[in-house]
Amino acid sequence: MSRLSLDNVTVTLGDRKVLDRVSLNMEGGEFVGLLGPNGAGKSTLLRTITQEIPYEGRITLDGKPLADLGAEGRARSLAYLPQIRDIAWPVSVTEIVALGRLPHCRPFAKMTMADGAIVADAMERMDITALAHRRATELSGGEMARVLMARVLAQETPIIIADEPAAGLDPAHQIALVETFAAIAKSGRTVIASLHELPLAARWCQRIILISQGKIVADGPASKVVTTENLSCVYGVEAMLMEDAQGLIVAPIRLTPRTS
Amino acid sequence: MTVPMPYPALIAILSALVILLFGVSLLTGPAAIGFTDSLVALVSGSSTDAVTLVMREIRLPRAILGVMVGASLGLTGAALQGYLRNPLAEPGLLGISASASLGAVLAIYTGLVIVLPLSLPVLALSAAIVAVLVVRLLAGGRSDAASLILAGVAVTSFAGAMTALALNLSPNPFAALEIVYWMLGSLADRSMSHVWLAGPFMLVGWGMIAILGRSLDALTLGEATAKSLGIRLDRVQALVVFGTAISVGAATSVSGAIGFVGLVVPHLMRPLVGSRPSRLLLTSALSGAALLLTADIAVRLIAPDSDLKLGVLTALVGAPFFLWLIIKTRRTLL
Amino acid sequence: MRLRQLSAWYAALGVLLALSFPLPGIASAESDNRDPTAPRRVISMNLCTDQLAMMIAAPGQLYSVSNLASDPSMSMMAKQARAYKPNHGLAEEVFLMRPDLILVGAMTTRTTVAMLERLGFPVVEFPFENSFSDMRANIKRMGDALHRPERARELLARFDADLAQLRKRPGPRRTAALFHANSYTSGVGTLANEVLKAAGLDNIAVQFGLSGTAKLPLEKLVMAAPDLVVTDTTWEGAPALAQQVFAHPALRALEATSAKAMSATNRWICATPHLIDLIRDLSAARAAVTTIHDRSATRQ
Repeated sequence: MSRLSLDNVTVTLGDRKVLDRVSLNMEGGEFVGLLGPNGAGKSTLLRTITQEIPYEGRITLDGKPLADLGAEGRARSLAYLPQIRDIAWPVSVTEIVALGRLPHCRPFAKMTMADGAIVADAMERMDITALAHRRATELSGGEMARVLMARVLAQETPIIIADEPAAGLDPAHQIALVETFAAIAKSGRTVIASLHELPLAARWCQRIILISQGKIVADGPASKVVTTENLSCVYGVEAMLMEDAQGLIVAPIRLTPRTS
Repeated sequence: MTVPMPYPALIAILSALVILLFGVSLLTGPAAIGFTDSLVALVSGSSTDAVTLVMREIRLPRAILGVMVGASLGLTGAALQGYLRNPLAEPGLLGISASASLGAVLAIYTGLVIVLPLSLPVLALSAAIVAVLVVRLLAGGRSDAASLILAGVAVTSFAGAMTALALNLSPNPFAALEIVYWMLGSLADRSMSHVWLAGPFMLVGWGMIAILGRSLDALTLGEATAKSLGIRLDRVQALVVFGTAISVGAATSVSGAIGFVGLVVPHLMRPLVGSRPSRLLLTSALSGAALLLTADIAVRLIAPDSDLKLGVLTALVGAPFFLWLIIKTRRTLL
Repeated sequence: MRLRQLSAWYAALGVLLALSFPLPGIASAESDNRDPTAPRRVISMNLCTDQLAMMIAAPGQLYSVSNLASDPSMSMMAKQARAYKPNHGLAEEVFLMRPDLILVGAMTTRTTVAMLERLGFPVVEFPFENSFSDMRANIKRMGDALHRPERARELLARFDADLAQLRKRPGPRRTAALFHANSYTSGVGTLANEVLKAAGLDNIAVQFGLSGTAKLPLEKLVMAAPDLVVTDTTWEGAPALAQQVFAHPALRALEATSAKAMSATNRWICATPHLIDLIRDLSAARAAVTTIHDRSATRQ
């Protein structure tokens, strides 16, 4: 189990604070949903964890600063799905997913049978086995998103960071995705995903972090965070909330009337 | 469905092709020397015998440089395309070859080479390094096709103008005419000293690029993903920049600027290796060598008396290909 | 119609310019010339006519030569040329010099010559020389143009006498190759070929069936292994790829079996009586070849 901690993380762009003194602790075994409106700082927060953008403050993994881990070390602890889905060459789907094994292979070494099994399993989970020999550049948006997610799964890291992994997926594949994430979390690993799909987040995430204007507004189980007040305040929408045996059901119904 | 040829088979076929063309290159020349005579002379002739002299001092270095220069151009074309994630990247189009020519011209026509032979490849590859860095700078962090090509055009025309200026300032009346050589390239009358001078640098450049396979594969998914896969992008950039500049710089210093090889070859190979950037490296190097050997044999057969430049042939094939590529990638250009 | 109008304008402009800038030397130009019909202010616009004119003209008769004439890498008479006003082959500057005779070569820019003729200047053109007889014709032509035929006859007589003497030099004929910058050589129908012949050398370019100025691939030269290789020493201070071929290991290796003679470009460019010195040097080089072969013969 890996423990990821953010301590007073601040990101400044020009004179604007995109992230303002964010502190977080994530133990292993959690599927964390990162919620917030456009421009709230969700992607920025994820990209500080991947060390893609400079920040003030400390980010540690099991007490060790992530910055000191080195590129290869980080790649074995942290897998990342960026928001931009970009495949430069018409490589086959299998080969894209196999790139996830790169941090585990020695230079010039071939993939082992075990690596192959992991790749096949990741493809199975994302329901892309049938696409194995297709060119990755000729896929639909949703298919490509699943291929790239399978690549992340194949990396088999204790922590998975995904920026809007559900965008572009049909409802069945969206549910399959979050169920996969929940299963991964059950095995003791951590998944942090930014999501715009409130119903998915509210029903499947064990923990939801709501951010707005670079600050954490609420942090806790869905039932505590996804409230009509929070949604109205942060998103400016009125929502209907229900609960069944499995969890919360959210349905945004209208914009919150402006109070001037 | 893409069904690429088995990779080892492809490598074997390309290697055999290079060896065959190397042999044909050795047997091609204005002096009519028989097949067996030439091979015997090459392997076991006495050093004062005329046939041996022709084979070892004139044809052998020409064939060796054909392989090495062609491999350098093919390999760096594949590396640049993979690194910049751009199918239009190529040492010629990015101004690297033209800048290397400028460096070589400065070394030769100032007489520096006479005092210090090493200054020829060193000045050429230094100018090539500057070119890569300037193109990167001009194109900005983004390496989209339009800004790269524009930056390449700017660097190429500047380097070309400076080369012309340097040659015009030479008091030697032949110098001004040699702009053609520096812009279009030739392997005529090269000697083993050129091989020894430029060869080691090309090998070093190849070595730097050869270890980039994984990184280029990872870059298929963009810089952010590549970084998250443990690829150190600063190291990759340094290896691509210096590897390309060193091998193309050294190659250009002994052959002039030969365009389009680095553009055409990776495209021909891409479908055969399922587009994987790592597999494109060795195959492009081999087919670059094969292409340049073919062009060099062709210039000797088509116009044996008029020293037709290699770049003329590569442009005849490459320029229409380039236009076709632009049309194909027009959506990303606009 | 328009052209005639244009030239009238030019003429008017010329008169104006001439009135406003009285040129130096107009009064002194005729000093030593006894023939009243002879040209008194002659301008030469071509490197080769420059040199012939300098040799044949009466003192004061030649006013300007081309700027190439004072370039020692091209001209055999660079020092003498400095005594004349240089011109750069531009119609405008020649016009302002107000010559009464203009000497041009076959290589002089056609448009310039046409313009000068249109402006009414007497122009004498000298064809390119490919043989000694072409040279003789041009020397005679120069003598006539400058009204100094006796000076031309004198030069030719001396050349003939010197040549006859050189041809009597003993020793067997040898094979030779001219190997100039960019691997060029001279074959049948060139003045250079006649020079080699006169020096007792058989040109291998002729054996290869080459005519005019043509490429001689290095490997063909190596295979032919002539007794004497004549290369070019010009421009050693300003390197260019054109001369890199002289440093090629294969050519260096050829020197182990062949003799090597060096001669500068300026000695080959123009057909003038100066060629006799070149023939003398080549003939001496041929004699030196003989001794090298004798040495190798005695060693065996």
